[in-house]
Order: sequence, then structure tokens, then C-alpha cells
Amino acid sequence: MLLFSCPNCGPRNETEFHYGGQAHVAYPDQPGELSDREWAEYLFYRQNTKGLFAERWVHSTGCRKWFNMIRDTVSYDIQAVYRMGEQPPEGLTAPPAAQAKSQPLAPAEANPTNTSEGV
Amino acid sequence: MVKTAFNTEVAALRQSPAQHLWADFSAGSVEGERGVGLREVPFQGMVGIRVDPLSEAGERIGALTGGLPASCGTVASGPAGVSTLWLGPDEFLTVTPDAGGQDGFVAGLVAALGDGAGQVIDLSSNRTTFELAGPSAREVLEKSCAADLHPRAFASGTAITTEVGKIPVLLWKTGPETFRLLPRASFADYLGRWLLDGMREFATAGSPAWH
Repeated sequence: MLLFSCPNCGPRNETEFHYGGQAHVAYPDQPGELSDREWAEYLFYRQNTKGLFAERWVHSTGCRKWFNMIRDTVSYDIQAVYRMGEQPPEGLTAPPAAQAKSQPLAPAEANPTNTSEGV
Repeated sequence: MVKTAFNTEVAALRQSPAQHLWADFSAGSVEGERGVGLREVPFQGMVGIRVDPLSEAGERIGALTGGLPASCGTVASGPAGVSTLWLGPDEFLTVTPDAGGQDGFVAGLVAALGDGAGQVIDLSSNRTTFELAGPSAREVLEKSCAADLHPRAFASGTAITTEVGKIPVLLWKTGPETFRLLPRASFADYLGRWLLDGMREFATAGSPAWH
């Protein structure tokens, strides 16, 4: 059993929570101008991190609010919990957007407009 | 609600979600120093409130409910047995003793919300209420609830949303040995039988619950 510290409710059993995938995936500034490939990458392409990973969770049988969590995908060690709209604590993880830019899947089609910071 | 002859007649026809288990609850309740009792508290009135408690509409509603609870676990007490439970930062559940008598109260809350952002909805038949009481009540709950129920973490007069026996419930500690569980109506049969099963080990030889 894992205990998750909900920012509103405190430590609760993991079964009260549901997973929401990678955190900080920015919504495109101009979604209408994206090619099909760029849109598909925004929708479906996610990091598959081994180690510290920023992800979203919702306390679905508690306060029903979303929050961010940094979890080690190897050891399940929870390093930080922070609210929606906040940035991860310094030094714990590189923003996934920066990781994505450093290893573009299709360099020629890299999208310069995809810079806004989502929650 | 005005007590007309029609309303009295309708009230007599109401069936609570766990009414078919009342005889089992009575037979399964255990007296004594390790005792634990279970009963249903039917037809409580409930009002779902969603509003920012710091907004003007939130303050107007708080004036009727005896304040809105500010953090997880807290329960605000108002006039005429009205209690307001914290469900989320902007979500509350007001519990009144009688669903049949709260129409005026709900109308007052709707008027207090006015055109402010939020909602006030009568949710009286959404949930039913079980009361588990006795020296062993906490032990029965701890078999299937992962929340920390020790008095230092879960004092009398607090309420949390959590899971008991895999289903979501509102768990409200109303006294040192008294817990109220508010499951959704469709889970009432399951949770009632689940709690009865958890109470069986405390039965003493010769009592109705002894197997």
C-alpha cells in the first residue's frame, strides 16, 4: 500500500486516487495551425521516464481535486506533491517540455509555437 | 415542507435503502464491553453545495449553515441540527435531520447563492446513513478502511471522504465511539452486510449474532 499526500486531505491510501498521465504537457498556442503529425505528438507522445517523473493524479474518492506529484518510476518513492499550476520543486526534475525539445522525433517538423506552459 | 395529510401519507410510504436489513442490524448488534451496534438513520436531508467559501455568495450561505468548514475533516454546526461537512475546497454537504422538512431551508440556500457562481442541490436520497457505535466500532471499521482512525488523527466531530470495504463513503465521527457512514444509496445493501460481517467476531456466546 502506498500513501499519497493529497495537498487538501493529507495522507491517504493510493486506492483513493486515479492517474492522469504526464504533468506539464503544454497546450499548443495555435492548435489550428498544427499539422496532423504535430497534433498527434501533442496528444499521444509522452515521456517514458525511468526515474523521477512529474505526473498528475486526482483524489477521486476524496476532495476530487487534481494535483501534481513527482514519483520515482523505479522505486515508487514520492519526492514531492504540489498543486495544479505550480512548477516542480527546483532540482527534482527537468520540465518534460525541455526534455521533449532536446530529443525531437522529427527535427524538420519541430513546432516553434509549442511553448506555452500548461498545468 | 408543510405537513399536509398528503405529505404525511407519502412519508409513511418511504422505503429507506437498507430497510430490508433492519432486523439483521438489530440481531447483529452486540452489547457489552466489546460491543458494537449498527443501525440505519433513514431519510436525513442532504444538500450539496458548491461555492467558493470566501466569495460573497459563500458568506451568505455560511450565514445560514453556521459557517462553511475551512479544511478537510472539519464540520460546521448550524441551527436546528444542521451540520455541514467538508468534501473539497469548494464543495460541501449539508446534513439536516429530516429530508421531509428541509424544503424551506433549501430554498433559503438557493436564495443565498443568488446569482453567485456555484450550485445548491437537494441530494437527500443520494446517500443513506449508517450509525456504527460501541467500544469495538473503530476495530470493525479498521478492518476495511485505510484512513487513520486513531483518535489523535480522527477526533470526534470530524468527517472525511474515504473508502470502506472498497466503496466510497463519507465517514463522520459523531462521538468518541460513534461513527456515521454515508454511502450512496445503491451501496447501502453491500455496506450494511459488509459491516454486519465485520461485527460478527465480537458477538458473545448465546447472543443473536453468535454463529
